[in-house]
Amino acid sequence: MAVITYREALNQAMREEMERDANIFVMGEEVGYYNGAYKVTQGLLQKFGPKRIIDAPIAELGFAGIGVGAAMVGLRPIIEFMTWNFSLVAIDQIVNAAAKMFQMSGGQYNVPMVFRGPSGPAVQVGSQHSQSFESFYANVPGLKVMMPSTAYDAKGMLKTAIREDNPVVFMEGETLYNTTWEVPDGEYLIPFGKADVKREGKHITLIAWSKMVWTCLDAAKALAADGIECEVVDVRSLRPLDVDTLATSVRKTGRCVIVEVGWPVAGFGAEVAYQMQRHCMDALDAPIERVTSDDVPMPYAKNLEIEVQPQVNDVVAAVRRALYLE
Amino acid sequence: MTTPETVRVASDAFAPPTTTTAELAPLYRQMLAIRRMEEACAKAYSNGKIGGFLHLIIGQEAVCVGAISALRPEDYVIATYREHGHAYAKGVAARPIMAELYGKKTGLVKGLGGSMHLFDKATNFLGGHGIVGGHVPLGAGAAFASKYRNDGRVTLCFFGEGASTIGGTTEGIALAALWKLPIVFICENNQYSMGTPNDRSFAVNDVSLRALAHGMARDRFDADDVIKVKRRIAEAVERARTTSEPTLIEILTYRFRGHSMSDPGLYRTKEEVEEWKRKDPLNGTREQLLALGMAETDIEALEEDVRIEIEDSVRFAEESAPADDYHSYVEKR
Ligand SMILES: Cc1ncc(C[n+]2csc(CCOP(=O)(O)OP(=O)(O)O)c2C)c(N)n1
Ligand SMILES: [Mg+2]
Repeated sequence: MAVITYREALNQAMREEMERDANIFVMGEEVGYYNGAYKVTQGLLQKFGPKRIIDAPIAELGFAGIGVGAAMVGLRPIIEFMTWNFSLVAIDQIVNAAAKMFQMSGGQYNVPMVFRGPSGPAVQVGSQHSQSFESFYANVPGLKVMMPSTAYDAKGMLKTAIREDNPVVFMEGETLYNTTWEVPDGEYLIPFGKADVKREGKHITLIAWSKMVWTCLDAAKALAADGIECEVVDVRSLRPLDVDTLATSVRKTGRCVIVEVGWPVAGFGAEVAYQMQRHCMDALDAPIERVTSDDVPMPYAKNLEIEVQPQVNDVVAAVRRALYLE
Repeated sequence: MTTPETVRVASDAFAPPTTTTAELAPLYRQMLAIRRMEEACAKAYSNGKIGGFLHLIIGQEAVCVGAISALRPEDYVIATYREHGHAYAKGVAARPIMAELYGKKTGLVKGLGGSMHLFDKATNFLGGHGIVGGHVPLGAGAAFASKYRNDGRVTLCFFGEGASTIGGTTEGIALAALWKLPIVFICENNQYSMGTPNDRSFAVNDVSLRALAHGMARDRFDADDVIKVKRRIAEAVERARTTSEPTLIEILTYRFRGHSMSDPGLYRTKEEVEEWKRKDPLNGTREQLLALGMAETDIEALEEDVRIEIEDSVRFAEESAPADDYHSYVEKR
């Protein structure tokens, strides 16, 4: 076992998979000579050369589409978006090409590729650079959507994503790259559709993904001081969604708070809430609570930015509401 | 239709334009104020007073100052995230710019936008935009409105050479050419798109050539002389205003700092940076003023005035109350 960063975990996943399969290449802005805007592709150009680690100019629609076309005829592209904010100029290729190709071609052309990059608000980068689009992508049949919260998950999930024969939207936490976790020395894979209980507890279930898992773990710690035992379940794979693991936890605790950093309206948490009431109605002791960012574009000022996003105390308050302690 | 041959490009012999201290001194003052403002921003950023992404324009001041000086107040300007200088040159005061970067209530956009999103309706500054190329069609849209209303306004749309490869830029230019919109596209070619040098951004290192495909007028020149920038942009502005013909202009320049404060700029050599710094348009302009007969003491007085203005803006930002409202502006009510 070694303790590594989330960034290193992703780097190892790509490195190992690229060694295994010569059809895999990485394409994106600053992925090569610059070693990645967030240094996730550090050293890959040196190891694999410019044929496989390809610096693209600012043309997201173009290089996302080149990825889809190459994947249709047998290569296995990893397309890096400098951040997922910029995927919006490429979303046509992700949604109208990658996601639909297999069905549209009557099962002839599958698209084995990964779109990856940092997602979610960073710090004070303003409304166009602080967004969480998982709810957009999770809405689309034909896509898989993964969002790891730890270095351990990041590595095992990215390796699975790279081996997948269909397009995967792989969203990394922009503020998680320096977080560390234990990672086994040997190879391991984390399958799609497998949630993970990050902390066990009996009074209430907190459901989250990506950075919000950490916020929930902090909230659970704070609540433990008051004798409230939270179970924290990390969704990890939004599509396909592991309803079983989530529902098992909610049936056990009878209460549920869903925490996401995205906007509230039609946010993915609403889908989770639907699934939980559908599968746990008879076991629920309180309405399901959701904690989200405020329904506004992200402001720049630091104090406002903190107010807008879910904080530990917001999660604690939601838990107390669900436990009828307020 | 304008044929490309009718338009001057950098290779043409072109004598340095004549000017006067009355014309040049205010432009020098603006460039210097922008330089000092950017330096103050860098310092505040290092002290944790400014957050997020901070892209400085140090080295490129002659572009925004020269170009915008060719406009009338009612004309529009739209720019990227590297836009403090453009806002200032369009007439926005240093105080609200600095306060915005500090995330204060008195900021130009109330602390909601930060460095990348300065906007000012009063001076017709249509913003700083964060998605590369995304604002180019918006600029064309403003020009469309001018043509629609026949209001005689011209739009200047600034973007980096790295933006020349993305769809927003390409489509914005194509539509402006097709519909003959009164706009001047100004590509600030500072040689790098983040860490990517031009030879890894596009196959042909001359963005202005894209105009040919659209039968659009073009120009291409160095940003070494602010008056040259002003004159050559003025020609294009005149063309836009009188004939509603767009122009694509590429101006060769250089940023002395990294892409943003978080970029150490390891992809270029010290020698290269020093080489460009020797051509610093600020020094050149100061020498020109002396040559035109402006007294050294008068130049120093102007420089002192700038120092006071920027220091005042920092104090104003420091002393202003924090931003406190993010709910009121999600939609117009
Ligand atoms: C669509 C999109 N892709 C990527 C980015 C990240 N990014 C911001 S600035 C930049 C480089 C732009 O270079 P250039 O257009 O030359 O302008 P400069 O920064 O040199 O002024 C990149 C890649 C972005 N903001 N938007
Ligand atoms: Mg550039």
